[in-house]
Order: sequence, then structure tokens, then C-alpha cells
Amino acid sequence: MRLSRPITVAALAAIVVLATAACGGGDGGGSGGTITADGSSTVGPFTTKAAEDFKAQGGVDVTVGISGTGGGFERFCRDETDISNASRPIKDEEAAICADGGIEYLELTVATDALTNVVNPENTWVDCLTVDQLKSIWEPGSKVDSWRDVDESYPDVPLRLYGAGTDSGTFDYFTDAIVGEEGASRTDYNASEDDNVTVQGVAGERGGLGYFGFSYFEENQGRLKALEIDGGSGCVAPSVASAQDGTYAPLSRPLFVYVKRSSFDDDENVRDFVAYMLDNEQTIAEEARFVPLSDAKLAEEQAKLEDATS
Amino acid sequence: MSAQDATLGQTGTLALPRKRIRWGEVLVQGILFLAAAVSVLTTVGIVVSLLVPAGEFFREVSPRDFLTGTTWAPLFEPAHFGVLPLVVGTFLISLLSALVAFPLGVGVAIYLSEYARPRAASVLKPALEILAAIPTVVLGYFALTFVTPLLRDLGVQVEIFNALSASLVLGVMLIPTVASLSEDAMAAVPRDLRQGGYALGADKLQVSTRIVVPAAISGIIAAFVLAFARAVGETMIVLIAAGQLPQITFDPRETIETMTAFIGATGNGDVPTGSIEYKTIFAVGLTLFAITYAINLLSIRLVRKFREVYE
Amino acid sequence: MTSSRVLKNRAFEAAMLFAMVVAFGTLAVLLVDTLVTGWPQLDAQLFSDSPSTQPEEAGARPAILATLYLGLIVLALSVPIGVLTAIYLEEYADRKRWWNRLIEVNIQNLAAVPSIVYGILGLAFIVRGVGIGRVVLAGGLILTLVVLPTVVVASREAIRAVPDSIRQGAFALGATKWQVVWRQVLPAAIPGMATGSILALSRAVGETAPLIMVGAIVYVAFDPTLLGPYTALPVQIYNWTKQPDPTFQTLAAAGAIVLLAIVLSMNAVAIFLRNRYRKQW
Repeated sequence: MRLSRPITVAALAAIVVLATAACGGGDGGGSGGTITADGSSTVGPFTTKAAEDFKAQGGVDVTVGISGTGGGFERFCRDETDISNASRPIKDEEAAICADGGIEYLELTVATDALTNVVNPENTWVDCLTVDQLKSIWEPGSKVDSWRDVDESYPDVPLRLYGAGTDSGTFDYFTDAIVGEEGASRTDYNASEDDNVTVQGVAGERGGLGYFGFSYFEENQGRLKALEIDGGSGCVAPSVASAQDGTYAPLSRPLFVYVKRSSFDDDENVRDFVAYMLDNEQTIAEEARFVPLSDAKLAEEQAKLEDATS
Repeated sequence: MSAQDATLGQTGTLALPRKRIRWGEVLVQGILFLAAAVSVLTTVGIVVSLLVPAGEFFREVSPRDFLTGTTWAPLFEPAHFGVLPLVVGTFLISLLSALVAFPLGVGVAIYLSEYARPRAASVLKPALEILAAIPTVVLGYFALTFVTPLLRDLGVQVEIFNALSASLVLGVMLIPTVASLSEDAMAAVPRDLRQGGYALGADKLQVSTRIVVPAAISGIIAAFVLAFARAVGETMIVLIAAGQLPQITFDPRETIETMTAFIGATGNGDVPTGSIEYKTIFAVGLTLFAITYAINLLSIRLVRKFREVYE
Repeated sequence: MTSSRVLKNRAFEAAMLFAMVVAFGTLAVLLVDTLVTGWPQLDAQLFSDSPSTQPEEAGARPAILATLYLGLIVLALSVPIGVLTAIYLEEYADRKRWWNRLIEVNIQNLAAVPSIVYGILGLAFIVRGVGIGRVVLAGGLILTLVVLPTVVVASREAIRAVPDSIRQGAFALGATKWQVVWRQVLPAAIPGMATGSILALSRAVGETAPLIMVGAIVYVAFDPTLLGPYTALPVQIYNWTKQPDPTFQTLAAAGAIVLLAIVLSMNAVAIFLRNRYRKQW
């Protein structure tokens, strides 16, 4: 009892074609000259945009993962990636692990960020929060469950919190700057490494409140409202300007890219990519809706690159 | 086919030769056994990959805190490792989806088995299989982007990520499982039983509910348990639509987190090996595995208990 | 029949019909909704371009290719191993031996294990342990293990359906066990096995959770190779659904249409095979 011959032949032919394609390697792509990047989901889109533009210019492929700043460093220090994206500086413990593994690295600042607090557009009652109010909302054990608990003049709308997961540099930075201690946060909120989930959550919930990098707000301006933050000298709105000059305190922060020294030294493609990233930092940052570095800062970073190459 | 070793001896009677070892056969048997061993190795692999890191986990966190704690915040300061919110979330979703899948699944089965004309049935059954084949990521997306807004339009105050949408979609996804197994069980019930009922003046309702269903009950129960186990183990629908807020609640309109969603969200990409975060994946995974294993054993037992054998 | 009985029967039939309507109505709504949502982005670009941060330029080509390759790997591995296991259990294994009973129970249990647990297994052993990393081959291996129990069960059913008289006849003519299996049982069981395998394959192609665990990365802009990084279509869709930008949601729906097309056509082939080659003994 045989299946009809033409069908079998056709199926076999299709399988052979696919198999050769799989083993042979695609057109130009593949493990050959691939650069591996992983880390922060805040910085990820920047590196991804850089990778796209780089490839369009004839550069090699770059893969970009978003395991979170912490997760990214873990892989980086185990020699699994060439580049680690980070929305906070490398911690001492992480640096020690890298040192143990013999991984040396170059730390580059590639953009500035204004960590933005967002609410739903239907939230008409609040425009500005003080750092103390934010702290009371987010600190461990907080019992603030309704907007009325934040300020008595606010309506009694349930507070729905969305934020970064603990593997995220955004989380580390936010808790450090607002609550005063890195990692100290209440636990009953929707936590996700992927900031897009936070966007969706706040955009869909009238009483929603969340935080993430400025680029996520910029990308979704129509569905979210950004709060001004009073860090002690009046309410300041997050913006390119206030992030660059640091007036958006305490939530303006640098975004980093860490490059493995051995990849940098040995692989011309890596050098080209990193140089490309810095040379075109302004364009990439704007396209990816990031806050570009100030000219002075950019010059500093390029000088670092110069030193490293020589 | 070649003629074999049965030879006619000189006396003219069949004299079978002494048994020769056919190495070809032995080789074949060996290969077959190895193939079968793959499945055993898989189970060993699953158990080992779960037990070793879970063991390390339980050296740092007491099993008691893990199993009875009511706060799940493994990655915060201070960390809480109570798995109950995840377990409650899993069961909330599973039970709600069972409420959808069981009655509707049996209903579909009864319709196909007792009411539908053979031609209609031959079209509807494959259609049911199509429903079963929809990838769960598509279903999760459907729950988030269609069902949740629909519920809100209907006046149900669900949160953007909630247990209800996920359960409804999961329940519908399981209808084919319940229906096809139940329908098989009903089809196995001999026609004589039904004919006897009709002959005694019973109507279709009575025959279906008092003769066919009780006769097929072991298959139907097996279907229920299988569907429930699949609900417990489902990941994508809950990951996309139910949320990542581990809390103990029985209100389906709220956001929750299931064991599977936790594993999926935490394992996304990669986690630092050796860290407590990595080990929570295995501890929760082990709990999940144990629960589905127990459900499976239960189903085997129940089926054996209720089986009715015909000829 | 009394009128109340008639009424009850009508109501009962209506209730059963209602169940059918819910099941198939939801299916219809889902298909229509996905089609309508994804239609705008369903173009050649989806098949030719790579993912991008700009939704207007994004495509799913690497993901589609990776999914096809994964399917190939699963086919190449699960069918031989599954069929051989089924042959062993049905034709060779002495059921009185404890290790054979163990294998049987084992397979039943494996069928009930959630697919994400296979992902954990893959993470621990294939990605980390053996260390081939987050590559297409690893994904293929995991998916093979996920569907293997299904293939075994389907193949066993197909083998069992072959009447014993066929086997006995062959033995009577002096065939060895393997000859009986290879030349009589298997050919008769092939349609059933093919159906079961294709159904299992369609399931593997739609699986997302295990692949997430073994690192099907977010942004891969080149065609995947066997030992290279990849992202599969279901995972790509998943990533797109997380992007709040509505254009990405449309893309996700378009990707879902493609995935559905792949899965449903596999199912159609399986059903066709089953109907065409249904044997009456």
C-alpha cells in the first residue's frame, strides 16, 4: 500500500531543498561574522536600530536579545556575548565575576535617558508627583492602593501598578533613585522585563501608573501621559532637553553599552560596529526615540574609543 | 518473501531445525529497544534537570515556606518564596476553563454522537480538529485583543490582563479535547443499548442522558481529567493575557500569574545560572510537574474504576 | 409523547446545538478577526524582509524559515524514533517484563507533561549541558521530545489496527518477525502513522513556550542556519504582540495568518490521508 508516487517525490524534493538551505547557510547571514548583543530592554531598541542601519551600510549581522541588564551581564561575563546593553552601570559583584572569567570590557555611554513615569490619558487629576509621593507608592510594604491615598484631592480610583522586573537595570535605577535603596520595592505590581508590557498595562487601565525609559514613552505618546517630577526644585517634565542638561532629577541617567575587550581587539567587525554606533549616535538615537548625548559627552566617548583602538 | 528453514526431512515429515540465532533479528531488536529507551531517557532527563537545581533551591528556602507562603516575590528585597499565589492562579484559570470546556465539550460530543447526521458529522469533526490545532500564541493574542475589550464593552470590569479572558479562551480551546474523547467513548457504547431504550419508549433526551452518558462515563471522565491537566500546563494563553501579578484572588477579573507564566516570563532569554532566580524556575517547574503527574495518575485510576466493558 | 416531554427534548437539542455554536462560532470569530486585523500587513514583505524596529519595514522571513527548518528536524527525528518505539511496544515487547511496562507508563506520562517543562529540560541539558547553545538544532531537539509521545501513541494505534490474521499468515509462510513487521504490518499502518505524525508536526510548529526557554532571540535579521541563532514564527508573533504600537499588532496578526496557514494545511493533508486510505479489513 503505497502513497501515490508524485506526492512522495514532491514531498521529498521539498525536504531536500529546505535541508540544503538550512545546512548551507543563508545568503550572507549566519554564524560567520555575527555579533551577539544582549541585555537591557531599555537599551535594546537603540542597539537594534544601530544593527539595522549598520547592516544596511554593508556591515555584518548583529543579534540583539533582551534578557534584562542583569541577565545580559551574566551572559557577558560568561563569554557568551560580545556586547552587553545596560541601563545602569555594572555592579561590583558583576565586575568581579567578569574579572574571574578573564573578561575585560570597554564601558561606553551611548545615550541619555529620562526615566519616565506614565499614567493613563484618562487620568486628569495628576500632572506632577514629588519624589516623596513616588516613594510612598513604591516602597516595600506600601499600602497605597488608591489614588486618593496619594493625595486626598485625587479621586478614589484604584491604583494599578506596572513596572520593571528585578532583572532590569531600570528597576535597579528607579528603586535606588526614588526609594533610596537598590532593589527595595513593593512586590504587588505587574512586573515585566519587557517594558512594552508596562506600556500596554498603563494604556489599558484608567488608574494605571508605570515607569520605564523615555524612548518607550516617546514611541507611545498617543496612549500615555507622562508625569512631571518634582525632585526638590519644582516640577520638571521628562524631555530630551531636561535629560541632557540633568534638570530632570533624579531620574535622568546614562545608558551604557559594554563591549568585550577580546572581541573588540580581535574582530574588525566589532570595532566597525561600535565605531558606527558612536559616529552615528545622534541619528540612531533620534530614529529610535532616545535622548542623544550632548556634544561634549559624545566627544568624551569617542575619545575613549580612540584610546582603546590604539 | 523467501521460503525459510522448515525443511522436509528424509522421512518426509516436517523437521524444524535447531534454532539458529539470526543476528539480523537481534540487531533489529536492539535498535528498537534503543528507540524506546529515548522516552525513558527523556523522563530521566526531566526529573534530573528539575530535581538537582530544585534541591539546591530547597537548601536555601525551606519547603515549608515555599509551599505555604502567600507572597511570591522571589526577586525582590526582601525576597518571599511562597508559591501559593502561583498555584492559586493556575487552579483559578484551570477551574474556570473546565467550567467552560466540560459542559460544552460533552454537549458537542452528544450532538455529534446522537443528533448529527453522518454527513454533517463528517464535516464537523475535522472542523473540531481545526479548533484544536490553533497555536496557543494566536489564542493568547485573541484573548488580549478581542475578548478583553469585548468583556469591557459588555460591562464586565476586567483589568487589561485578567484571568477571565484567558480562561474563556482556554476553555474553548479544550472543547475539542473533551468532545473527541467523549465522543469516542459514546461511539463505543453498543447500539443495542440505545435501541433497547428506544424500544421501551424513551426519547432522545432520556437515551442520551440516562443510557449513553452513564455507559461512556469512564471515557468522559478521562476526557475531563486530560483537559484539566492540559489547562494546568498551558503557558502562552496565560502569559499573554492573564498577567504577571502573583496574588491570591478568586476574582477572575483581576490580574494574576500562573506557574507556567512565571516560568515562561523568567526563562525568557536567559537567567543567571546559579542565582536564586534561576533556581526558582526549577522549584516551580518541579511543583508543576508533580501536579500534572498526580492528575495523570488520578485519571488512570478513575478510568479503571468506571470502565464498563462490553463484550 | 406528552407536550412537556417534547419541550424538554427540544430544549435539550437546543442546548447541545448551543454547545456546537459556541465552539464553532468562536473558531469562526477567531479566524475572521485574525484575518481582518492582519490583512493590511499581509504582503510579500512579510515573507521577504527581516524584523525591524520600524513596523512598516518589518517582515518575518527569518522566523518563517526557522519554523520550517524546525519542522524538518522534528519530522526527521520524531517519526523514526516514534515509529520504532511503537513497533517495539506492539510487536516485540513482552508485556510481562517490568521494563516494558515502565516504558509504556512512561510514554503516557510524558504525553501529559506541560510543554514548558520540556523547555526547562532543554535549557538545562541541551543549551547549557551539552552546550550547543541557543541554536536551531537545540530548538528542533526539544520540539521532537515534546511531540514524540504523540507520534508513539498514534503509531501504536495504527499498528494495532492491522488485523492479526495478516501477521499469522506471514508467519505461517515462514517469515521472520522483522520481515512480518517490515513487509506486512508497516505498509498497512503507514497511513495511520502518517496522519498521526503530521498532526504531531503541526503541533510542534505552533509551539512557543519551549522555544522561549531555549532562547529564540528577539532580533535576528538573517536567514537561520542549523547551528545559528534564530527566532521561530510563533515566538516572533509573541514578541510582536508585546509591542504596543498598533502597527506591530497588525503585523502580529499577519504573522498569525501565515502560521495558521502552515498549521491548517498540515492538518488538511493529514485529514485527507486519513480519509483516502481508510482501510476496511
